[in-house]
Order: sequence, then structure tokens, then C-alpha cells
Amino acid sequence: MTDRITQDLTAARAALAPLAIEATGLVKSFGATRAVDGVDLAVPAGSVYGVLGPNGAGKTTTIRMLATLLRPDAGSARILGHDVVREADRVRGLISLTGQLASVDEDLTGRENLVMIARLLGHPWRAARARADALLEAFGLTEAAGRLTKAYSGGMRRRLDIAASLVVTPPLMFLDEPTTGLDPRSRSQVWDIVRALAAEGTTILLCTQYLEEADQLAEGIAVIDHGRVIAEGTPAQLKASVGSSTLHVRLLDPARRGDAERILGGRLAEVRPGADPAALSATCPDGDRAALAVAELAGAGIGVGEFSLGQPSLDEVFLALTGHVAEPEEDEAALSGGGRA
Amino acid sequence: MSTERRPPAVPPAPDLHRVLATAPAPAPAGALSATLTFAWRGMLKIRHVPEQLIDVTLTPVLFTVLFTYMYGGAIAGSTGAYLTYILPGVLTMAVLFTTVYSGVALNTDMTKGVVDRFRSLPVWRPAPLAGAVTGDLLRFLVAGSVVVLLGVALGYRPGGGVWGILAALALVIAFAFGLSWVFTTAGLLLRAPNAVMNVGFMALFPLTFVSNAFVEPDTLPGWLEAIVDANPISHLVTAARGLADGDPSASEVAIVLAVAAALTAVFAPLTSHLYRRGR
Ligand SMILES: Nc1ncnc2c1ncn2[C@@H]1O[C@H](COP(=O)(O)OP(=O)(O)OP(=O)(O)O)[C@@H](O)[C@H]1O
Ligand SMILES: [Mg+2]
Repeated sequence: MTDRITQDLTAARAALAPLAIEATGLVKSFGATRAVDGVDLAVPAGSVYGVLGPNGAGKTTTIRMLATLLRPDAGSARILGHDVVREADRVRGLISLTGQLASVDEDLTGRENLVMIARLLGHPWRAARARADALLEAFGLTEAAGRLTKAYSGGMRRRLDIAASLVVTPPLMFLDEPTTGLDPRSRSQVWDIVRALAAEGTTILLCTQYLEEADQLAEGIAVIDHGRVIAEGTPAQLKASVGSSTLHVRLLDPARRGDAERILGGRLAEVRPGADPAALSATCPDGDRAALAVAELAGAGIGVGEFSLGQPSLDEVFLALTGHVAEPEEDEAALSGGGRA
Repeated sequence: MSTERRPPAVPPAPDLHRVLATAPAPAPAGALSATLTFAWRGMLKIRHVPEQLIDVTLTPVLFTVLFTYMYGGAIAGSTGAYLTYILPGVLTMAVLFTTVYSGVALNTDMTKGVVDRFRSLPVWRPAPLAGAVTGDLLRFLVAGSVVVLLGVALGYRPGGGVWGILAALALVIAFAFGLSWVFTTAGLLLRAPNAVMNVGFMALFPLTFVSNAFVEPDTLPGWLEAIVDANPISHLVTAARGLADGDPSASEVAIVLAVAAALTAVFAPLTSHLYRRGR
């Protein structure tokens, strides 16, 4: 099924838009680790494209190759038509990189960071300072402008980092896990920034571990695991391939889990006990059916402590796509969907 | 019932659209301008973290005072005479030890994401390195000046006068420039900043002590004297002493400059290559 989606999508894209990123067979090994093992990507210009994968999937390594920081062992990639190895200088003029490690200088103030980048990108001193101040204001950092970025919070650092990528608005921007470790408020700020950028026509390659994030922002998603693209499609296609959404229930009394499992099983598919002895989850096609199932539990006198209906988590996507959960690390931090109902 | 909830409505940064819509980008900075910008970065770091200069200045201060008063009388008969003898040595030692920090700073940088940003900018690729080393010249100047001023306060009055001292300082800094590329290379090869520091100091301690910085080589056994005479740091100290005393030796100065040039010629490209390759 994913094969068909991939084919359809590729065909549709080729007809529609020129490609901002065109990678074929990218490979990169570190010693015995094959970090990237034949990645193909076709990202149309002007879109937000998500690369979704668990820890160690090869997302950062892929970005580093596309951003000319690492030379691929095999395969090739073109950025807006320019080869990342042979025309690296040209490519660097077209991209900006917001790395996974905040790419700001911690021993400088926020303002100095931006002035430095503006100078390097060719602004004279006065213009560089003006540009820095405009960006600081737009990103709500004016008050913190004179402080060392060492003392910034994670969210402030991220915003400064993104601001530094926008000193000159680039045609293509790489964002590597821009919201990992941020609180919900900072996360939604970053999302707003990404949407605003996309509206201005910048192509964005967004690496993330969160299906929800890709769903919120990206028009196309590639799921990667062990250095390979294992599925590609629109967020809707991916979610559909998993089952529309997942009901999570936590009982007041773990001893009733068996009963609850039987009752839910009567209405919903794939009822699974969770790791928590009081938890259960099930796949459901729509909200109505979930609501009825929960009501039935209550009707049977099984106390429901919490329930939520959320998008499938990355784990569930992986389970559906590969038959195993994301390896090697268990990803507790992954957003488990759109929040509590 | 909604199956998903949009994030809480936080007002988007208000001026974002305006700040993005800018005039066409200027041409990126040229090699020189980029290098100077990175040198500026180095100076900002010194301003924000002045503690790093304490290491650099405290050790030479201690050495000058200790050597002058502890050994001055015993070795040279009087502290004044000994000061004239060792001050160029202490100056050399102080500045050369500072070069290790060039490698430590680069190693620290490489563990941070900021290097990825620098390397992805459309500027001359060695500019961050060239700029850092240029900025380090200021550090060398500070370390050297501290020693000289302290020496003068203690009674150091060499024959070459102010110009002699300045020439000696300039020569030591020129050599330090060459040597700092060795430590930037080490900074890119070794894993941790501490390792760079240890390797650097372990290399420099024997090199400075097995030189004529603090003792006359002819008081040493023959085999050791041979080593001391071959040590480039002995040449540097001899040349600096000559300049300070107003009795310069052109051949010694030439040897020092040649060694500095050779170190730069070998290790600057090596550093640059390793830096491009990344981690
Ligand atoms: N410089 C390196 N040296 C050795 N191994 C590396 C290096 N960079 C990455 N790897 C390995 O390559 C694999 C892929 O790493 P990569 O950082 O690309 O994953 P990722 O998808 O970005 O993961 P995360 O979500 O944790 O950021 C991992 O197994 C990692 O250990
Ligand atoms: Mg990563």
C-alpha cells in the first residue's frame, strides 16, 4: 500500500513543482554503523516536508549531508538543482541550518550572535546591527538581547537559533528537531514561525520524532528507520495506513482490565493492554464509536480514570509500518497524539 | 468530539512576516571580512569571559616573581642580573603556554552546534579558524605584556630599551602564531578539551625547561646541552634576549621566523582540512 502511495505521490510531484531537494541513494557509514543506508528524497519547492523517525534513525546525518557538512559515501543529492558535493559553495548560499544542537554561540549575547551572522552574510556593520535588532524584536528577544545565550531558556535559544537562520531569508531551510525538549507554549511558537516561513515561500525540511508535529506542519512526510525511508506520503495517508486514531483508557482499578478488554473488544479493533497495568488502548475509526465504548465501560461499573483519543504515536506508526516498535530506544518522550479529549 | 486539539493559541511573533520580507540578500562577506568577523567573535569572548585571561596571566606572574626571588641570587648573583637573563624566557613561556588555549577553544567549539552553522554559511571555509587565531594574537599580546610590565616593575631594564622589548614581544608572538596551529590541529584530533590541555602542557613543559629559558646551557652536561641547543625554543629565547638587550642576532631571528613559517605551512592547512571534514 505504501508503495502505491509513494508512486502516486512521486508522479504527482514531478508534474507539479520543481524539486528543492532531490536525493538518491544517500549512504553514510560511521565505522560499522550504517547511519544512512540509501535514502531517496524528493521535496517539492515551497513545501514543508517532514522527516519522521526515532532516535538514531539517521535524520541528522541525512540533513548534514544535504547541508554540505558531511560528504556522502554513496548516492547524490541536489539542492535546487545544485549538487551538494560538486557545488557545495553554491548550495551553502541557498540554505540555512538550524541544527539539533542549538547552533548559537553560548559565550556571546543574543544580539552579538545575530550581528555576527549578519556580518558574515555581507551586511555592513550598521545594517547588521539593524537587522539583528529587527529579528530580536520579531522573535520576542529584545529584552534578553544583551544577555549571554548560555543563560537563555531552551525556548529562547531555539528562537534565537531560528532567527539566526533568517538573517537572510533562505530559499531552503533545514530544521532538525526544532521542538524537542520545549514546553507546549514554546513548541507552538516554533510551529507558528514555521508556518509563517512557509507562507513566505521558503521550503522547509523538518526532522522530527513527533507524528503530531509533522502532521501539523508538513505536506509530505518520509518515515525513516535504520537509515532507510520506510514510508512516504501525506500525513493523512500515513495516519490512514495506521488506523485513524487510538483510544487510550486508564482504569481506576487494574483488576478490571480483563473485563474492560472484553467490553472494548466488542466495539473496537485491536484492543491492547498498555505497559501500565491499568491502561488499555484500541484503534477506532471515529470519535462516536470511542465515546460509546467508553460509556459502555462506565455503564458496566468499571471506573474510568482517564481516557483520550489521539493520533497514532510514532510507535504505532512504526508498529503498523514495520511490525515492530521504534528501536532501539523506547520513546517515552514522543507526543502520544493530540492531547486529552 | 474532536479527535485532535490544536495547540493553545499563543499569539505568533507579531512582526514575523514583516521581518522576513526583506530586500535581496547582500553578497556574503569576503575572506578577509569573514576572518575579521570571527576575530571579533574571539575578542567578544574574552570580554564576556575574562577569567580565561587569568589562567594566562597568573602563571607567568608567579613564575617571574618566584624565579627572580628564589633563584635570582643563587644563580646569577643578584636579582637584577637574573631578571635580565630570565625575563625573555618567562615571556616566551607565558605566551607559548597561551597557544594551547587556541586548541582548547577550537575543541570546545567543535562539540557545539555553532560550528555546524559556521560550516554551512557561504563564506570562505577556513575563516572561523583564521579569525580565531587572529583573535588569539590579542591574547598572546596580553599575556606577554603582563610579564613585561611586571618585569619592569621589578627592575628589568634591558639594554635594548622600549623598542628592544617590543621587538622581543613581537618575535615571541610571531612564533606563538605558528605554534598555535599545532594545537588547533591537536584540538581537532583529540576528543576532549582537557585532553588538548594536557597534551599541550605536557609537550610544552619539557620544551621550555629543556631550553636556555632559565639556565645557561653551558652549566649542563654535554648531551643535555646538545639537546638544549637544538631546541627551537632556545633559539626563540636567544633571539628575544638579543632583541631586548639591544644586541640582536639576525640569524637567530631568521631561524625563529623560519620555524614559525614552517609550523604554519604544515599545520594551518592540516587544521583547515580537519575542520572541513568535521567530526
Ligand atoms: N559522527 C558520528 N560518529 C559515529 N556515529 C555516528 C555519528 N553521527 C551519527 N552516528 C550514528 O549514526 C546513527 C544515526 O544517527 P543520527 O544522528 O543521524 O540519528 P537521528 O535520526 O538524528 O537521531 P536523533 O533523533 O537521536 O537525533 C546513530 O546510530 C548514531 O550513533
Ligand atoms: Mg538527530
